[in-house]
Amino acid sequence: MIRYIIRRLLISIPILLIGSFLAYLMVASAGNPLAEYRAQPNVTEEMVRSLEISLGLDKPVIERYWIWLTDFLSGDWGESIALGQASVEVFDSVMRSLWITFRLVIGAELLAILLGVSVGVLAAVKQYSIFDYFATSAAFLMFSMPVFCVAVILKTYGIEFNNVLNSMGMERWLSTVSPATTGYEGGFIDVLYQYTGQYTLPTITLALISFAAYSRFQRASMLETLHSDYVRTAKAKGLSQRRVILRHAFRNAMIPVTTLFSINFAIVFTGAIVTETVFGWRGMGFLLVSSVRQFDPNMLMGWLMVTATMVIIFNLVADIMYGVLDPRIRLA
Amino acid sequence: MLLTANQPGPPIGTASEFDASKARKQSTLIRQRFFRHKLAVTSLIVFLLIVAFGMIGPLFWGISVDDSSGGRFEPPSAEHPLGTNQIGKDMLAQLMRGTRLSVQIALTVAVLATLVGVTLGALAGYLRGFVDTAISRVIDLMLIIPAIAVAGILVKAFSGSWYVVALVLASFGWMSIARITRGETLSLSQREFIEAASASGATTRWVIFRHLVPNMVGSITVNATLAIALAVLSEAALSFIGLGVQIPDTSLGLIISENYAQITTRPWLFWGPFVVIVALSLCVNFIGDGLRDAFDPRQTKVRA
Repeated sequence: MIRYIIRRLLISIPILLIGSFLAYLMVASAGNPLAEYRAQPNVTEEMVRSLEISLGLDKPVIERYWIWLTDFLSGDWGESIALGQASVEVFDSVMRSLWITFRLVIGAELLAILLGVSVGVLAAVKQYSIFDYFATSAAFLMFSMPVFCVAVILKTYGIEFNNVLNSMGMERWLSTVSPATTGYEGGFIDVLYQYTGQYTLPTITLALISFAAYSRFQRASMLETLHSDYVRTAKAKGLSQRRVILRHAFRNAMIPVTTLFSINFAIVFTGAIVTETVFGWRGMGFLLVSSVRQFDPNMLMGWLMVTATMVIIFNLVADIMYGVLDPRIRLA
Repeated sequence: MLLTANQPGPPIGTASEFDASKARKQSTLIRQRFFRHKLAVTSLIVFLLIVAFGMIGPLFWGISVDDSSGGRFEPPSAEHPLGTNQIGKDMLAQLMRGTRLSVQIALTVAVLATLVGVTLGALAGYLRGFVDTAISRVIDLMLIIPAIAVAGILVKAFSGSWYVVALVLASFGWMSIARITRGETLSLSQREFIEAASASGATTRWVIFRHLVPNMVGSITVNATLAIALAVLSEAALSFIGLGVQIPDTSLGLIISENYAQITTRPWLFWGPFVVIVALSLCVNFIGDGLRDAFDPRQTKVRA
């Protein structure tokens, strides 16, 4: 097992290296980070030139890549090219944004797996019942809805819900605009109250989208196991319905769903970016959009490397889980 | 749906709709099965109606997309059935143009992604060895880079024309199709007819396009429809965060992004494009489902 993990991680190093090189070429050739600065009326060509030299932008791309790579590997991710404001450390801002997005993604995924798997199992056990039709239609609708539409609709109703709370003399609980950056204050109940208020709507938005995928997938795989020979044997032995479904069918039907977990990660991550935009969070989505607008090379590279690493880790986790759940699969 | 063998068929030679003496082509069977799937047929009709709305609608609608002579945020009226937007452009005309661009992008993405995916996947699966390793590594590489970031960067660099968005989305949409095709090719290549073809001196191109592809046409079509649905949603998401189609052009995602703040005060501005997007991707999903049942009635698996 450990050998397998090490081997997989070693394989991903060259992929990450090649990926970083291509990404750097793309970022560097996509646009000039100083274009906006140059367009300002009182900026002379010499000022642009000196800024270029101080930022190292006058060197050829390959050399810049090499400087960036060696710095990156030694832990120095560079600074952002923030014109007119103090430049920030790329590492700090990427990690801060990642932490915001990560909390959102993890909560939503857990909720989606829990809901999706239970709905999928129920729909499979009661195939062609009203519940099944309802779950299937809901899942299809969710598949076909853009994430941001769900977010916008939830936000609208969240505001109305707040209005109702307000009219009843309570505080506005659900937060629909960018959350306070100061952190949480007060006792445990207060913190819980603020925390849930901030997370409820974005988490539901994201969870609804992956819920559709999980419930469909779980239903299909549960149906397959329910019709398999060993489940028929278990029934024929006279085991209770409950035991057959939970012990024999459900356990095995979980296995394919774990692969969905890793495939889904990229989709959920993209969804998180859009959701953050609607709710005004300053996570990875905000960071991406603002650094793309400026063609900020260091920031974009930091962003890309972190997300690429996350994808690799999630794929690895899914493969390991697959091996743990299904002893027939040998990780070698 | 399954054709069972022990059903008493009509006696041969009598006039009936089932003529046992005549061989039925595979394609006829598939078409028949598809048209028996009511939901899929309804979806197909709705899909075609939406496409017609975007493509031929403007011919029948007097107000041009670029005409901003209406008032700012006019409510729906006989003149402007969906009202006007912030700069006084007619919303119905905007919606038609947005639908057209979204459909154009989605179809282009699906066609390109399928072509590239099938070709590379079949090459990897048929030639094995070095080619397979190279193509698989490229797929791994493309999968770890978040498409939304690269798409955003490239769209920003090359201005957001619809074909730039389509090309960028297509270049990040072929990997799953390639993986599926590669897997299927690997198992098909073990079969005798492929061996026979290559033994009789068929070129790689001949084997792939004359023998392999026709045998995978089912999964290719189904995945192509799913690619359409995915492209509709991806384009909308990109345009929504401002890294997709750019003003003055418009797309469904961009219309929503411009107007979602109006959802409570002027709901028609939001719900119009919303309904079109959801209907588009819902229809395409159902068509895909119908196609899957038609190509392989026994398969029950859903997509991931």
